[in-house]
Amino acid sequence: MRTTTTWLRRNLVVIAGLCTLAYLILPNIVVTVFSFNNPAGRFNYAWQEFSLDAWKDPCGVADLCGSLSLSLQIALWSTLAATCLGTAIAFAMVRYRFRGRGAVNSLIFLPMAMPEIVMAASLLALFLNMGIQLGFWTILIAHIMFCLSFVVAAVKARVLSMDPRLEEAARDLYAGPVQTFLRVTLPIAAPGIAAGALLSFALSFDDFIITNFNSGNTVTFPMFVWGSAQRGTPVQINVIGTAMFVIAVLVVLTGQMVGNRRKKAQPK
Amino acid sequence: MTTTVAPPQAPAPTEPPVHKPSMRKRLIPYWLLLPGILWLLVFFVLPMVYQASTSVQTGSLEEGFKVTWHFQTYWDAFADYLPQFLRSLLYAGTATALCLLLGYPLAYLIAFKAGRWRNLLLVLVIAPFFTSFLIRTLAWKTILADGGPVVDVLNSVGFLDVTSWLGMTEGDRVLATPLAVVCGLTYNFLPFMILPLYTSLERIDTRLHEAAGDLYARPATVFRKVTFPLSMPGVVSGTLLTFIPASGDYVNAELLGSTDTRMIGNVIQSQYLRILDYPTAAALSFILMAIVLIMVTIYIRRAGTEDLV
Repeated sequence: MRTTTTWLRRNLVVIAGLCTLAYLILPNIVVTVFSFNNPAGRFNYAWQEFSLDAWKDPCGVADLCGSLSLSLQIALWSTLAATCLGTAIAFAMVRYRFRGRGAVNSLIFLPMAMPEIVMAASLLALFLNMGIQLGFWTILIAHIMFCLSFVVAAVKARVLSMDPRLEEAARDLYAGPVQTFLRVTLPIAAPGIAAGALLSFALSFDDFIITNFNSGNTVTFPMFVWGSAQRGTPVQINVIGTAMFVIAVLVVLTGQMVGNRRKKAQPK
Repeated sequence: MTTTVAPPQAPAPTEPPVHKPSMRKRLIPYWLLLPGILWLLVFFVLPMVYQASTSVQTGSLEEGFKVTWHFQTYWDAFADYLPQFLRSLLYAGTATALCLLLGYPLAYLIAFKAGRWRNLLLVLVIAPFFTSFLIRTLAWKTILADGGPVVDVLNSVGFLDVTSWLGMTEGDRVLATPLAVVCGLTYNFLPFMILPLYTSLERIDTRLHEAAGDLYARPATVFRKVTFPLSMPGVVSGTLLTFIPASGDYVNAELLGSTDTRMIGNVIQSQYLRILDYPTAAALSFILMAIVLIMVTIYIRRAGTEDLV
């Protein structure tokens, strides 16, 4: 009895941490298990019987795969745009001292420090007042706007930890500014840029609140899921959710393995 | 036979590096900033101006809205929806506290105890992000279903008696009660708490723990006097990253709650998208923004950390 108590005490943090992890993963397990369900009614909330139907036919529900490809397109374009704009800002902020730097800093910080619904509503106010048709373009504009700050934060962190002497060394070895940037600066900043891009892809793909306000009748994947919570949730939603989870884990693990191999290849 | 390779031609002596930056050089940061900042000005700042103007308009959808400087809207909106405001702050605050309580051990575990499992654990924290959060929130409907195993266990250990007494649940159900909404909010924003906590814990030099131990500090004291104070930047940014989005959320209240658990986000959403009372909606969203900004400013002052991002 005594030993059990000591063991519990010594491993309290581990046990509590693993409980939290279970709390985080539990819904994903439920999503996966219920992707093999054959629901009785319109909603897929209670277990009925095992079935592979939804996995055989993931696009079998009207509009589901259309909304999925729309979300992917928006996420790709907004990631591309936000990464370019954000990386430029991050470099300017870290490498240069200029007038209005503080103002620029707070302008970039504010979108992250504001409830999403406030931005969503204000963009809608703009589009309504200007009479702009809501749809693909308004969603894209909004997504680029809120992804931008996160890219800046990610790239800034990386560029800040970069040793400027590396670039000086490149210049000492007669590399031109373009060559220095492409062969020294960019490769070192790449992990930060990649992190920013990955983050903005995930944020854009999963965004609901801002899209809900500014999509009009256009249906992205989160909008489809939201609608299905009212009309009836097809099992295919769970299939897509499970596939996304598996793909994400594989992508991240592969990325880490490549990173580790590179680390081993370069002696410190 | 040996051939001597001619040494690479040294470049012709050029002018010594210019120390005074030229006009062109000085403009570089502005050119780098221009596109992104322009985007934020047009699609972040300008919309706020339009929303401000919308909030002082009167009129109807049929006749059109006009700016009449009708500030009464603000007062009416605040008075009418005070319960929803208070409920939002209460739910978001509770969820933030729970996130800190649940997130800290996991962040600590990953930072100090995981060893070679560290990367796997981090992946498991981040990966759920990629399954649409709406799908995961819907999964809570299954988990918390009436008469389901989770609710049965909570009921049999008397947990639901306590939460009923606190007014968080009613009878033996969890779904459609405040507890379900808080549970969903906590779940949704937990990674936003864990990641900053992990980052600041990971930076701590473990030799400080050893030093404290050498000075006869007990583990609890080491945590209270060394680890926790050093993790304050993570605590501050984690609580902000949790509280701010949670206070404006309406997804959890809509999917897991009932009409009695509506938060201010639900009100703004329905005013804008269903009732189409734009001035009230705009006023409500500005009041929410003001409340959050004031609370955040006070909190940052009290917590006393400057470097946030």
